[in-house]
Amino acid sequence: MFKRARNIQSKVSILFDGQPIAAEEGETVAAALFAAGILSFRQAPEDDSPRGPYCMIGNCFECLIEIEGLGGRQACQTRVRDGMVIARHRGLATVEAGS
Amino acid sequence: MLDHDVAIVGGGLLGSAFGWGLARAGQKTIVFDEGDTAIRTARGNFGLVWVQSKGQTMPDYAAWSLQASQLWPDFADELKDSTGIDIHYVREGYNIAASEVELEQAIAGQERIKAGMGDRAYSYEVIDRKTLKSVAPLVSDTVPGAIYTGHDGHCNPLFLMRALHQDMQTKGGDYRPNTPIDAIRPAPGGGFDLFSGCGRLLASAERVIVAAGHGSGELVRDYGIDLPVHADQGQVLVTEKVSEVFSFATGTVRQTDNGSFLLGASSKEIGLDTRTDLPTLAEIVRYCLSIFPFLGNLRLQRAWGALRVMTPDGCPIYQQSDSYPGLFSFACHSGVTLASVHALMVTKWILDGQIPSEFDVFHPRRFHV
Ligand code: FES
Repeated sequence: MFKRARNIQSKVSILFDGQPIAAEEGETVAAALFAAGILSFRQAPEDDSPRGPYCMIGNCFECLIEIEGLGGRQACQTRVRDGMVIARHRGLATVEAGS
Repeated sequence: MLDHDVAIVGGGLLGSAFGWGLARAGQKTIVFDEGDTAIRTARGNFGLVWVQSKGQTMPDYAAWSLQASQLWPDFADELKDSTGIDIHYVREGYNIAASEVELEQAIAGQERIKAGMGDRAYSYEVIDRKTLKSVAPLVSDTVPGAIYTGHDGHCNPLFLMRALHQDMQTKGGDYRPNTPIDAIRPAPGGGFDLFSGCGRLLASAERVIVAAGHGSGELVRDYGIDLPVHADQGQVLVTEKVSEVFSFATGTVRQTDNGSFLLGASSKEIGLDTRTDLPTLAEIVRYCLSIFPFLGNLRLQRAWGALRVMTPDGCPIYQQSDSYPGLFSFACHSGVTLASVHALMVTKWILDGQIPSEFDVFHPRRFHV
C-alpha cells in the first residue's frame, strides 16, 4: 500500500464514486487515489478483473478512469482540481450514433 | 553434424507459421527471433484476414489468398483446441466505399480478380446502402454501398502469434528470442550453419527458411538471391473500449474482441521509420469518420506505426536457391491472411524440398522481364 512521503500541504478535495478524498494540489488523480488506498480504478472489459495504474508515466493505459463524466481518461496524466468528480469504470460504455 | 531438420530465421508471422507447421509435421525445428527493439511488423499489424484486395494484378495471388481464407476456420479451431487460445477469427468483412467513385473502383477491382481467376470460382456481391444499414446501422448516410465476398474477416493477430509460439514449442519446436542470425553458410557435409554476430555457431540444419522481413535481403545476398522488399509504413489508431457495435471488419475499421476500434490503412514509403505523424493520423480519422461518424464520439487512446514488408508488386515472394537447394527465402506483407496456407501448405514444400511448379509465379524472377 502507498503512503504519502509528506503530509498534504495545499489541500484540494475530489469526489471518487461520491466519496470525498483529500488530495495535494497539483498531483495526479492516480497519485491521489493511491494515497487514499484506492488501487482498483476500473474492471478489465475482458474478464472484469480489477485494474489500476501500472507505469504512472502515461504509457500503459492501465489507469483509465472516468473523470468529469468522460470515460477512458488516464489518471496518471491528469492533475486533480478541487471538486473534480471521478468514477470507477464498470463494464463497457455503449456508443451513440453521433452526427 | 546437423542438429536440426529445419532452421527458420525470423519469428514474425511468417516464421512462426512455418515453425508451427513444421513442428506439427514432426520436424526438428528451430526458430530464431530478434528482441523487442527489432522491426516487428507482426506486432503492429491490423489483423485482417482479407481476400478481396489481393491479387488484382496477379490472379494466382488472389487464388492463394482465397485458399488461405478457406483454410482459416480449421486453422483457428486447431490452434484453439491445442492451446486454449481463442484468436477471435471472425469471417465477416465488408469493403465499405466512402463514395460512388470508390464503389465503382472497388467493383472494377473485383471484376479484374474474377476475370483473372478464369475457371476458378470467385464471386462477390455489391451491397447497397439499405442492406448495409441492416448489418451496420451506424454507417454514414453518405456511404453508397460495400463489397462483400464472404471470404474476408479478421482476427487478433497478437493472440495468433502467441498461439503459434506456444504450440510450436509444445510440439517440440525450439523458439529462440533475442538471437539474431548474422550469417548462413553452407555446412561442410551438406545443409547449412547459422552463426551469431560474434561468429558463434548456433545451429546446423538440413534446410533453412529465411523469413526475416526487412532483414532478409542481407542474409541471402551472398548466395546471389534476389529478395527485393521495401518498407511500407502504416499507421494505426486505437480507441477506448466500448461494448460490441459490430463484429465485422472493413478494410480500414475493425472492433477488436476486447472492444477497441482500430482505425487504419495509411501507406507511406519513408524508410525504416515507425513514427506516427499528425497529418497522417488526422487523415485516417477523417476517412474512417466519413464511413462511421459515431467513431467521433470515442476517445482515442494511442497510435503506432508499423512497417509492411512490401515487394515491388505487393505479391508474395517464395523461392528456393538454385545453387544451394534447401535454402528458402520467403517474404510478403500478408502474414496474417496467409498464415493458414503458410502453416499448412508451404511447410509441405519444405518437407518435399521443392516448391511446386504452379507457385513459380511467386519467384522474384518475375521482376526481371
Ligand atoms: S499508469 Fe500507465 S498510463 Fe497511467
